[in-house]
Amino acid sequence: MPEKTTAFKVRDILFLIMTVLPIVCGIVIRVLFVPSSDGIEISGAHIFFNMDFPVSPLIISEAQVNSWLVMISLLFLCLYLTNGIKENIHTKRQVIAEWIVETVEKLVKDNMGDYFTGFAPFVAAIMALSAFSSLMSLTGMFPPTSDLNIVAGWAFLVFILITYYKMKCGPLHYLKSFAEPVPFLAPLNIISEVATPISMAFRHYGNILSGSVISVLIAAALQGLTHLVLGWLPGWLGEFPFLRVGIPAFLSLYFDLFSGLLQAFIFAMLTMLYIGGAFSLEDYIARKQKKIKTKSTT
Amino acid sequence: MLELAIGIMLGLCALGAGCAMIAGIGPGIGEGNAVAKACEAIGRQPESRSAVTTTMLMGCAVAETTGLYALVIAILLIFVAPGRFVDILLAAIK
Repeated sequence: MPEKTTAFKVRDILFLIMTVLPIVCGIVIRVLFVPSSDGIEISGAHIFFNMDFPVSPLIISEAQVNSWLVMISLLFLCLYLTNGIKENIHTKRQVIAEWIVETVEKLVKDNMGDYFTGFAPFVAAIMALSAFSSLMSLTGMFPPTSDLNIVAGWAFLVFILITYYKMKCGPLHYLKSFAEPVPFLAPLNIISEVATPISMAFRHYGNILSGSVISVLIAAALQGLTHLVLGWLPGWLGEFPFLRVGIPAFLSLYFDLFSGLLQAFIFAMLTMLYIGGAFSLEDYIARKQKKIKTKSTT
Repeated sequence: MLELAIGIMLGLCALGAGCAMIAGIGPGIGEGNAVAKACEAIGRQPESRSAVTTTMLMGCAVAETTGLYALVIAILLIFVAPGRFVDILLAAIK
């Protein structure tokens, strides 16, 4: 075990604080600026302010702020895990960091092939961002993934990547892929091309949103039930929703933890499969060899 | 008269949301089939458990998509559409 220098310790504490601080900030922002509703109600992200822009106003909402907070928190978590990383010397956090990197690289290699090994950071980033955004609802904050705009942004990114890798075998090859197996199916092919990002976005968003809607409905039902059963108790005892203590936690176990993590995994998995499926290495190599041949002849 | 119109509108929105969720039947049956087959596969080859589970979860997620489209439409019909429609109605009357 090497001696820990003061600088190392200071950096350690700084990174840990910066990991936790955004989450605390988010809770404080929510408590201060988001008006609390007296009843139980289902609403979207709270809009902090509208900025006037030429085409349409730019809306800064809770979902955006929270997703930025998650990003900052994740960045410093990564810095904390890789702080003081060295060859051979295995601190606990280095083992964790190496395990994460190795797992993701193996996953990418298994699903996308050797050509796409460089995609591991992207896939890991999407997975971590999605998982931590969904887990945010455990702290009582608005999970960014239950806002369609955030998830649609990621899906659009994946769509651009899919198109890029289809274009890599040449624009003509890309256009020709729409006319397969028969040319008159082209409209359907175009629809299915556009449906990919839409279905990805709606799948993630719908899963997280349905969880939060059902949680709210159950909470409202339990509150009504307590009022019905224990309403005769005097004073605040009659007002206090006893049944709402503890029981929704079991639902939260499924809807927040399991569903959120599963959706993060599925989103990353679909990203890998779609991008991997958009690119055929044989066509690419054939095209490259053709190019080299034409160059050498001229 | 205006109350009646708004009432019919809200009622139809709720009815439409209910009808949209009939789509929940399809993913239910599909995912049930997928899980049943996965159980059979694991029973036959217990050592392939992790691979089968991963593939099954992926398939379930893809099968769920149609149900989630219906859910999104139902949520839009309940929370977004009534306000829009009432606004349109009021604007038409003015």
